[in-house]
Amino acid sequence: MKQPQPRGPVSSLLLDILTGPEQSSSDVPAPAAALAGAVRDALAATSDFAFDEDLQLTLFCLFELHYSGIDGASGHWEWNPDLIAARRLLEHAYEAQLHSAVTLPELPAPTSAGVAAGLFELTGADGGPSMSKYVAKQATEEQIREFLIQKSIYTLKEADPHTWAIPRLTGRAKAAMVEIQADEYGGGAPDRMHSALFAQSMRGVGLDDGYGHYVDDVPAITLASSNLMSMFGLNRRLRGAIVGHLASYEMTSSLANRMYARGFRRLGYNDAVAAYFDEHVEADAVHEQIAGRDLAGGLVEAEPELLADVFFGAAAAVVVDTWMTAHILDAWNADASSLYSAAAVSA
Amino acid sequence: MSGCAQEGCDDDASVDGPAGGTRDSAGPRQTIVAFPNGPLLVRGDFDIVDPDGNQLRRSRKTVALCRCGASTLKPYCDGSHKMINFRTEPEN
Ligand code: FES
Repeated sequence: MKQPQPRGPVSSLLLDILTGPEQSSSDVPAPAAALAGAVRDALAATSDFAFDEDLQLTLFCLFELHYSGIDGASGHWEWNPDLIAARRLLEHAYEAQLHSAVTLPELPAPTSAGVAAGLFELTGADGGPSMSKYVAKQATEEQIREFLIQKSIYTLKEADPHTWAIPRLTGRAKAAMVEIQADEYGGGAPDRMHSALFAQSMRGVGLDDGYGHYVDDVPAITLASSNLMSMFGLNRRLRGAIVGHLASYEMTSSLANRMYARGFRRLGYNDAVAAYFDEHVEADAVHEQIAGRDLAGGLVEAEPELLADVFFGAAAAVVVDTWMTAHILDAWNADASSLYSAAAVSA
Repeated sequence: MSGCAQEGCDDDASVDGPAGGTRDSAGPRQTIVAFPNGPLLVRGDFDIVDPDGNQLRRSRKTVALCRCGASTLKPYCDGSHKMINFRTEPEN
């Protein structure tokens, strides 16, 4: 991914570190050693971690080292202990914020049927203002492009954060995860990969489909939504949460994507642009069943102590996406841009 | 995973007979999972055809068939069963 523009002292320090040598000599203290201290100071000062531009960008960049890497940064930084130490501080702050924001429902019996029913109920509850209704009925040309830009941060790597979980699962849950992910990755056909279909939609409305192209244009909460799944996916201890997160995404997808497809067609876009959304209507009607019973239910039957984590992951996905939707719709309802910088949309 | 995600999904030479019957070898067969309050999930080697035997559009290996009647993508499920609050009898 291209190097993003820093948004404050911590992301600025991190980007400086990443463009330097990973280890100089043993007698010169690595600049990376200062990062954890800077993170601690910023965490003490921030009022809302999920909306903190500087810290969410910092966490996003630290995670990105595990995905595509960052242009100009040595691959050795990925497992640098100083960077991992800083990442852990940020992750713990995020997890703590989510635990206080999320209200867990009453937990069902730790059976496959109970878990599936409980997840369908949790994700079916009214989540407030609806992005899909807005896009279907009233989004303007410019807003629908913003919608794709906001979505591109995750969707150009769609499915990747959940794939981290595969080696941490066993048996029925693992088979279910692989079945879902194989479909996400096009079942062997690269042009059917969901990320590739999304890139096609972006090109179809005149946007750049390069991975990470719009990172500088999205607000903290959009980065936070991506960071949520990276955090759940990259920590084995949170395997229950990443499974719950995936189930939540699948269960809230089919109906919403039908509305999104309607919005694009309302604005005159063709089937190639709508294909990504059409595909999700059908695919996720399959995936949500597998995700509820076999993936989440199978995991809980194998490891009953993960029951609460599965529901935490599902509920956290709903909460963070509700925050993101509110941010975007508040801007649009005020006739403003939802982007961090409006430059891309008017381009 | 097999690359059987293309239109028609008809690349499996081991299927015995045109209508997607049993495999030559004693491998896993087809299964239909009846999901409570939702679709029928069909896994394995099978064809989905119209009454004249023509393949219907198919873009994935495992499919969900609508049994609530409300889907706009029949025969596939599109999640509409949730909107109409479709309920099945308990399975046994
Ligand atoms: S069973 Fe899902 S739409 Fe009918």
